[in-house]
Amino acid sequence: MNKIFETPLYPYTRPPDQDAAQTIRRRVVIIGAGPVGLATAIDLAQQGIEAVIVDDNDKVSFGSRAICFAKRPLEILDRLGCGQPMVDKGVQWNVGKVFFDDRQVYEFNLLPEDGHRRPAFINLQQYYFEEYLVRRALELQANGAPIEIRGGSRVIAIDQHDDHTFLTIDTPEGPYQLEADWLIACDGAGSPTRAMLNLDFHGRVFEDNFLIADVVMDADFPTERWFWFDPPFNKGQSALLHKQPDGVWRIDLQLGWDIDKEEEKKPENVIPRLKAMLGEDVKFDLEWVSIYTFQCRRMDRFRHGRVIFAGDSAHQVSPFGARGANSGVQDSDNLAWKLALVINSQAPDALLDSYDTERVHGAEENILNSTRSTDFITPKSDTSRLFRDAVLDLSERHSFARPFVNSGRLSVPCTYDGSPLNTPDALPDAPARTRPGSPCVDAPLGNGFLLDHMRGGFTLLTLNADAPDSITEGVTANRLDLPAEGQVAERYLGGAASAVYLIRPDQHVAARFPTYDEAQIRAAIRRAIGASQ
Amino acid sequence: MTDLILTPNIDGPDDFYAELLETHDGLTTEQSNALNARLILILANHIGDRKVLSQALGAARKE
Repeated sequence: MNKIFETPLYPYTRPPDQDAAQTIRRRVVIIGAGPVGLATAIDLAQQGIEAVIVDDNDKVSFGSRAICFAKRPLEILDRLGCGQPMVDKGVQWNVGKVFFDDRQVYEFNLLPEDGHRRPAFINLQQYYFEEYLVRRALELQANGAPIEIRGGSRVIAIDQHDDHTFLTIDTPEGPYQLEADWLIACDGAGSPTRAMLNLDFHGRVFEDNFLIADVVMDADFPTERWFWFDPPFNKGQSALLHKQPDGVWRIDLQLGWDIDKEEEKKPENVIPRLKAMLGEDVKFDLEWVSIYTFQCRRMDRFRHGRVIFAGDSAHQVSPFGARGANSGVQDSDNLAWKLALVINSQAPDALLDSYDTERVHGAEENILNSTRSTDFITPKSDTSRLFRDAVLDLSERHSFARPFVNSGRLSVPCTYDGSPLNTPDALPDAPARTRPGSPCVDAPLGNGFLLDHMRGGFTLLTLNADAPDSITEGVTANRLDLPAEGQVAERYLGGAASAVYLIRPDQHVAARFPTYDEAQIRAAIRRAIGASQ
Repeated sequence: MTDLILTPNIDGPDDFYAELLETHDGLTTEQSNALNARLILILANHIGDRKVLSQALGAARKE
């Protein structure tokens, strides 16, 4: 049987657009059927917005690639109707071990907070992540939602106009033209769209190479994240071992800068390295090997008129911290509701500028964290290495040194502090973690969880406060009254006696007040849809 | 919050200075550098105050 990443899931079939007498105009065209493009299309289609994905391939990603998915993206996937298969298939882990030279210097436990539907992290190969998104997209399409994935379709020319873009798409049966009201480029770090539009991509290139290997083995390594600094089997470099589903293990080995990539990728060179790491007796098969270098960089702006960039095409980070696919899914979460409101004329075009503001903020945070991890893992000077080794040395005996150890600061959701969509916090006694700009913190509610009840549209959360069932100010916010007890109260009331929260469709807090005041809520809604500037 | 102390603050300065140098006895330059780095981290953690630490880093760079 073929592996899933060898199976065409959306092979090219000739679309009617290719034979139309006049060029057809589509509402939203998305370039790239990776995690970000698929998530964006599903989100739009669930809101009734036509989304056509074009991809030059017809399969899911080859090799595991992104393997670590954080809680927030899983919550977003729940909203998109495909979180459960991911979690069912994924491997959950909490324990990490850090090794320095030939010894374990310490062990940590993520100790995830209870009262959340989703775990802190799951490990899942990107090909499964994409497969479940493709299946969800096809399920929506079968149920009549306006979503379509066109495989074997490569965009080869883009002309930007004020109110649309004009695309030339090459296919196995020749090229055709298509117009798009909106174009979303989710075509990865090497984005051909970015190149065709001649747009910048600035940042740092790290002079280092990493070998990634997916190894299938029956080994009794525990389900933990193991990270080595300067191990005997890879002197002067680092190594990572992490478990994925199906007995697949991800191994990352730092190789340094001056290497011959093609030579290093050959199995006769890879296998001895892995044996030195895993032990001579461990039997394994190589599923996938790749060598990568990495960069931390981003576009100056993610929105260029009717062309919007999301995911790696807009920003690229090092892999340490699992901030690539995780942040890309958060881009799509931020973008889809805004684009839907603008398309439906419920919000001004300026709302889309806040996508740029908020997600540039998110990208900056990710680039900062990922750059710092990289500087710790691959010190760039003798002094940097001196302090790095001193930290690792001390961490074995002294707990104070452990917070300095940085083998990747794992992805946490971005809080949009300072966003123009936020109304200043009017409930200072409530917890800081649910301040305006924050993603809603999940909590048990009835037989389920709070976030189950926020699956689209604006929500008015009330605790110990009266409010109408709904309020309409350009958009409608529906009330969800919460019990003022338990973890919901801890997370949304804190020291406050009562609370009214305005929640955006992407489950971020837009405003919060002690009580319901119609004029205040209307103003907060207008601000949250970009209508008050 | 106090500022970084840049006036004499250690009783028996000669004793401390001798102990500091003795700590490095018999070490290679590389080992001494590593010891200094560990020492800086230990002392920085003891001070803890971010403002004082920034002032100390600035003073060491002669800013």
